[in-house]
Amino acid sequence: MSITLQDAVALIALEADLLDHGAFRDWLTLYTSDGRYVVPIDPDVEDFESVLNYAYDDAAMREKRVERLLGGRSISAAPPARTVRLLSRYRMLETTDATCTLRCAQHLMELRQGRQRDYAANVTYRLKNTDGGLKIDLKVIRLLTATEALTAVSYIL
Amino acid sequence: MQDLPDPRTLLAPDRADGSIYSDPDLYDMEMDRIFMHNWIWVAHRSEIPEPGDFITTFVGPHPVIVCRDRQGVVHVMLNRCRHRAATVCELRRGKTASFVCPYHGWAYGLDGTLRGVPHQEGYSGHLDKSSLPLVNLRVEEYNGLVFATFDETIPSLDSWLGRAKPWIDLFMKQGAGWPVKTMGEHKFTFPGNWKIQLENTTDAYHFPIVHKSFLDSVDQETQDTLNFVGGKGFVEDLGNGHSVMVMIPELVDLDENLDAPIPERFAELAAGLSKDYPSEKVRQIIRAVGGSGFNLNLFPNLACSMAFFRVLRPLSATSTEIRHIAIGMDGGPDVANQARLRLHEHFQGPMGFGTPDDAEAWDRVQRGSLAGKNIDILLNRGLGHEARRPDGNLYSDVSAETGMRAAYRQWLVAMTDKAFPAEGEGA
Repeated sequence: MSITLQDAVALIALEADLLDHGAFRDWLTLYTSDGRYVVPIDPDVEDFESVLNYAYDDAAMREKRVERLLGGRSISAAPPARTVRLLSRYRMLETTDATCTLRCAQHLMELRQGRQRDYAANVTYRLKNTDGGLKIDLKVIRLLTATEALTAVSYIL
Repeated sequence: MQDLPDPRTLLAPDRADGSIYSDPDLYDMEMDRIFMHNWIWVAHRSEIPEPGDFITTFVGPHPVIVCRDRQGVVHVMLNRCRHRAATVCELRRGKTASFVCPYHGWAYGLDGTLRGVPHQEGYSGHLDKSSLPLVNLRVEEYNGLVFATFDETIPSLDSWLGRAKPWIDLFMKQGAGWPVKTMGEHKFTFPGNWKIQLENTTDAYHFPIVHKSFLDSVDQETQDTLNFVGGKGFVEDLGNGHSVMVMIPELVDLDENLDAPIPERFAELAAGLSKDYPSEKVRQIIRAVGGSGFNLNLFPNLACSMAFFRVLRPLSATSTEIRHIAIGMDGGPDVANQARLRLHEHFQGPMGFGTPDDAEAWDRVQRGSLAGKNIDILLNRGLGHEARRPDGNLYSDVSAETGMRAAYRQWLVAMTDKAFPAEGEGA
């Protein structure tokens, strides 16, 4: 049976909740071992490896990012910004019993140093059925403002 | 009429008044006296390789088009129609045969010549098109770096860069024998004055403090390489506000020390390259991938910083845009350029492991500098053991504030046309 929208949404809602509540080590377990977390600059790019991105994280880089947020040794992340994110407008682009691709909208509010900022993004997930259940194999966060000047984002989008 | 601030009262050779980061009148003076009367970096050659290629950018607050014409000549033109002042181009980059104003259709050639005016008969012969080109700035280029200025009277770019030129040549060795090309950029703003960023590129002192979490994320060998405060590096004043901070002396000339062992973190990349390149070339590429061991700060807006270009653009007295432009080997192996991109992403940009911490420190400098009045910013680190090279360059240890003093000395010259009485060559 193909992966259902309900199962897919349950996983990415869990991811959003873990990130907003600082459960970063739990977040790491949601990804496949060769999964990627990508924040591109170019709105049209698909070959992320060949171009400059804001983030192009394999498992090792994701772990380092989490250690940076939890380690207390980064002045921009001690403590990390507090975030609240809303995901909506879900659309299953394709689904089989092994993998599915789902696209949705994300609106994230950030609070740090008394300043509230917000980021809108189109987010595409490729999810994969594994022995350990449904996992994230690819998450691509296409920020609405990706081609504009951003401010420091010392957390996980 | 309002009195302008007197920059001479705000700066001494070893300190500055905190108001230099926030006084809007001083900022307006800087936009005129510094950004309209010095060479301002606008582009790298590789961004506009072919006739018709253009980018849009800024010289200080002035929007400009940087364009290569049919003859291959680079023009830097104000992005302002001569009719009613509308910008004639809003694309970041592209290729074109002309620039057509969207408001009334005035059309300009790649060199700015006004070619077409719709319904020209409405001017009954009172429009001399030849006198109304897009306003061209003066343009000169050194080793791929394109600069522009409004000022027709200042000395040539060549003499302005002067003793910084050999360091530009060393920096471009990151092409590993190929030309250097740009490979995209990270762009971000921080709520602070542009000079805070200008200082930072010649500040080795902050590195082990601000970048602890970055250093935690790299291997021991890389940590050792980056443990340069207290080491054999130095900061040297190159004149005209330019300075170089050598953090890793072994990585000054990337074509030398090719026998040095390949760092462990590049072993896999080297093994892959060995299938296509001889051993000597592999070592040259690997050294290029790792980047240069120095930051070259070019007053006022460009730095050739280890492995990328840092470009600053003042937005207001208390807001600055920074671009970190990735560079690579034009024609070099894809895997090596991709390795450079991953290194750039690791440290630079709004989601890097380095830049957000820098930005936080600059943000705090700005906010802290508003506390109290008449309290100095110190610029005296390394002054006690500062000395002169035989060629006259002042230098001190790697964590000295010699580069900041160089920049502020030029800042004062530009703002007042006068240096400190006790300063100058041979003082």
